[in-house]
Amino acid sequence: MIDTRRQDEVASALRAFLPERCVLWQEEDTRPYECDGLTAYRRLPMVVALPETEPQVQRILETCHALGVPVVPRGAGTGLSGGALPPGDGVLLSMAKFTRVVRLDPLARIAVVQPGVRNAAISDVAAPFGLYYAPDPSSQIACSIGGNVAENSGGVHCLKYGLTVHNVLRVRGYTIEGVAVDFGSEALDAPGYDLLALAIGSEGLLAVTTEVTVKLLPKPETARVVMASFDDVEKAGNAVAAVIAAGIVPAGLEMMDKPATHAVEQFVHAGYDLEAAAILLCESDGSAAEVEDEIARMKDVLAAAGATRLAVSRDEAERLRFWSGRKAAFPAMGRISPDYYCMDGTIPKKRLGEVLNFIGAMEQKYGLRCPNVFHAGDGNLHPLILFDANDPGQLKRTEAFAAEVLEKCIEVGGTITGEHGVGVEKLDQMCVQFAAAELEIFHAIKRAYDPKGLLNPGKAVPSLARCAEFGRRHVHGGELDRPELPRF
Amino acid sequence: MSAGDPKAFSERIRGAAAEKRPLRIRGGGSKDFYGNEPQGELLDTRGHAGVVAYEPTELVITARCGTLLSDLDKVLFEHGQFLPFEPPHFGPAATVGGCVAAGLSGPRRASAGAMRDFMLGAKIVDGHGQLLAFGGQVMKNVAGYDVSRLLAGSLGTLGLILEVSLKVLPKPRAELTLELELPQARALESLNRWAGRPLPVTASAWRDGELGLRLSGADSAIRAAAEKLGGETVAPDQAAQFWAGLREQSDPFFAGDAPLWRVSLPSHAPVLELPGEQLLEWGGALRWLKSGADAASLRAAAARAGGHATLFRSRDKPAGVFAPLPPGLARLHRELKNAFDPAGILNPRRLYPEF
Repeated sequence: MIDTRRQDEVASALRAFLPERCVLWQEEDTRPYECDGLTAYRRLPMVVALPETEPQVQRILETCHALGVPVVPRGAGTGLSGGALPPGDGVLLSMAKFTRVVRLDPLARIAVVQPGVRNAAISDVAAPFGLYYAPDPSSQIACSIGGNVAENSGGVHCLKYGLTVHNVLRVRGYTIEGVAVDFGSEALDAPGYDLLALAIGSEGLLAVTTEVTVKLLPKPETARVVMASFDDVEKAGNAVAAVIAAGIVPAGLEMMDKPATHAVEQFVHAGYDLEAAAILLCESDGSAAEVEDEIARMKDVLAAAGATRLAVSRDEAERLRFWSGRKAAFPAMGRISPDYYCMDGTIPKKRLGEVLNFIGAMEQKYGLRCPNVFHAGDGNLHPLILFDANDPGQLKRTEAFAAEVLEKCIEVGGTITGEHGVGVEKLDQMCVQFAAAELEIFHAIKRAYDPKGLLNPGKAVPSLARCAEFGRRHVHGGELDRPELPRF
Repeated sequence: MSAGDPKAFSERIRGAAAEKRPLRIRGGGSKDFYGNEPQGELLDTRGHAGVVAYEPTELVITARCGTLLSDLDKVLFEHGQFLPFEPPHFGPAATVGGCVAAGLSGPRRASAGAMRDFMLGAKIVDGHGQLLAFGGQVMKNVAGYDVSRLLAGSLGTLGLILEVSLKVLPKPRAELTLELELPQARALESLNRWAGRPLPVTASAWRDGELGLRLSGADSAIRAAAEKLGGETVAPDQAAQFWAGLREQSDPFFAGDAPLWRVSLPSHAPVLELPGEQLLEWGGALRWLKSGADAASLRAAAARAGGHATLFRSRDKPAGVFAPLPPGLARLHRELKNAFDPAGILNPRRLYPEF
C-alpha cells in the first residue's frame, strides 16, 4: 500500500522544481511503470519522475537523498531480471526523455548519447559513416543504452566484439547525493581505479547514468553465416569447441535446439532445418577474401564435427533471414505458450551436453517444456521455460525448475547470469554463487557510493539475512565454504 | 604450510592488519619502477605459482599470481594462442599477478583491448585476510559487481591477487609490418581515418616522421590492406624486434635519464606541443614523452586535450605518478580502498598519496 502522506510530501518536493508533466503519482499514470521486462514481479511506484535535463536529475537525487526516499532508475523497461521493479515507498526515475544523440564524431569513432537512446538507434546514426555500435542484445530495437550500461548487455556478436564494458569509453552520471561523476574518458583509460568497469553491470545501484560515450567500429566489408545441422545436441556442442580449436573466432556462434527452431520457424520462416536436433549459426565477417577463406575453414571443421547439413548465406538478405529466427526466439515462444520464462546462465562450453541433458531431465521432473537458445561461442545459455501464469502451480514449478538449472550452472563452474543481471530475480542464487564475505564486499562497494542505501535498494546483491533464511550453502568450484568440516 | 600457501598469505595479512603494519606486495619486481615508491614489509607472491586450468577451446587460462608471465606465454604459444593485450614484461621476472596489478597493455591495445578487457575472474586476499573469489572462468558474467576488472591496474592496493582467469585468443594467422614516412599531424589524421575503415591494423607507432603499422589476420586480408595503405614492407624478424622493443621499452627511444611521461589522449587529439621527444602508439591514443617539463603544466595540457598524464619512469616523483582526481572520484577511491583494506596496509600510497 502506498503511504499517501509520504506520496504528497515527495511529489510536492519534486514539483517545486519540475514541470507538472514530469511528476506522476496518480495510479492511472503510474500503473504502466509497475514492472519491467520481467512481468512476474509488479509493484506500483509511489511517484514516477520523468526529468528532461541533467540538472533536474541532479536535483531529484539531492531531494530524494535529503528526504531519505529510495530511487529506482529505469531505462526502456526491457530488463529481464526485475532490476527496474519500482519502489513502493520511493521514486521511479525514468530516463525515457533522454533520447538525444549529443555528438557523433566519425574521425574519433565515438558517439556521445543520452541514456534513453535505443541501442539500435546508435548504429542507425553511425551507418552513414560506415560505423556501428557492436553490442547487439536481442532487444536492441527497444532497449536503451542506459540499461545496457546497467546490465553490461551482450548480444550475438560478443565473442569477437565484446560486451558493453568493452565498447563504452565513458559514463557520466550522478551519485545518489547528486554529485556529478565521470567514469572513464574519451582516451583509452583514466587515472586511478577502473570505476568505469565497476559502473558497467552495476544494475543502477551505484550511480544514475546521464550520458554515455560509446566506441563505434567500422562496419566489416561483408559478413556471411554458415547454418550447420546436427542430429545430436552434444555433437553440436563439440562442433563449437572444434571451431575454436581450429583457431577461428567467429563473429557470431549461436545454437538452437529442435524445439526452439520449430517455435521460431512458424513465426519468422527463417529457413531452418526442422529435422535437426540442433542447428549452429556460425558467422564470419571481414574483407570479402578473408570471409571466403574463413567460411571455407568453418565448413570443413563443422563437417568434420558431424554436421548433417551445411548452408551458407548467399547474400545479405539471406544472412539476415538466418539471424531473424535467432533474434525472434523470445517473441516466438510467446506465440506458442501463454508465458515463457527466460533463463540466463553461463557455463564452460565443454559442459554443454551435460547441462542440456540436465535441462531435459528437469522438463520431465516439472512437466514443462523448455526450448534452448544458446550463445554457444561464449557459453551463455538461454533456456526458455514455457508455462501458463494463470495456473499458479505452473508458475511455482517454473521457478523451481529455473532455480535448479541456475544452481547446475554454478556447479559446473559457470554463473547464474551472463547478461540479464540479478535484479530481484536471482537474489537467492547469489547466495549460492557467493560466500558471505564476498557479498559483504559487494555491500561495502555499495556503501562507498551510496552510504544510505537509497539507490535501487534491495536489488542485485542479497542481504546476508536473506541468504541465511534461504538456507542453501555457497558452493564454489565444487568446494564447500569450509571444506575442513566433515559432512555426512 | 609453504610460503606460497594462500593461507599463509591470509595469516600474514591478518596479522599485519591487526598491527597496522604496511605490506609491500611484490612478484618478480619487474615493475618496481611503476607507481609511487613501494613501502612496507615485503610480501613475496612468487611461491604461489602455476597454471591451474587451461582449456584452449574455452579460450580461458587460469593461473596463480606467482606464475612467470613468460611461462604463461609459453603454454599459450604451444596451443597457438596468446594474451591479445600483449602485456609488457619489463624483465624476465615478470609475474601474472604483477601484470594484472599494473594493468598495462602493449602495442595491440587499440585494436584488441586492454588488460582489463581480458580479465574474467580473480581470487584475492583482502585487507582483512579473507580469501574471496569474484567473476569466474566464463566470458559473460554479470553476477555481482565486476570486482575482478577493478583489480586491473589497482597496484595491489585492494588485495593480494592470488589467482586470475584471463580470456585468451588464437594468434593471428599472419602478420605484416609496413613503414611509411609521414609528419606527426598527418600520421595522426591518417591513423584515425584508417581506424574508421575495416582494415586489420593491430599496432601503430610513430616517431621522427616514420610510422610503423602492423597488420594481422588472414594472409589474403593483410596483403589486400597493405596494398591500400602503401609504404615499405619490413622484414619479419626486424618487425618482430621492433614491436617487442616498444612493448618492453628496450627501443632506443626509451633510453636515457629524462623523465618518461605516458600521456593518454583521445586518439584524434592534435599534436601535443610540449618540449621533449615524442613517440606515438595506439593509433594516436598513447603518446610517450621524454621531457623535463614541469608536471603541472604537462598535466594541464593533457587534460585540455581530453586525457591524462602519468609519470611512467623517473628518478624522483615529487608531483606524484598519477594525475590527481577530481574531488568526487577521489572520495570514491578512498571509500573503495576502505571497503577492501580498512587498515590501509596493502601497498599504501603506491597509487595515490592519500591512501
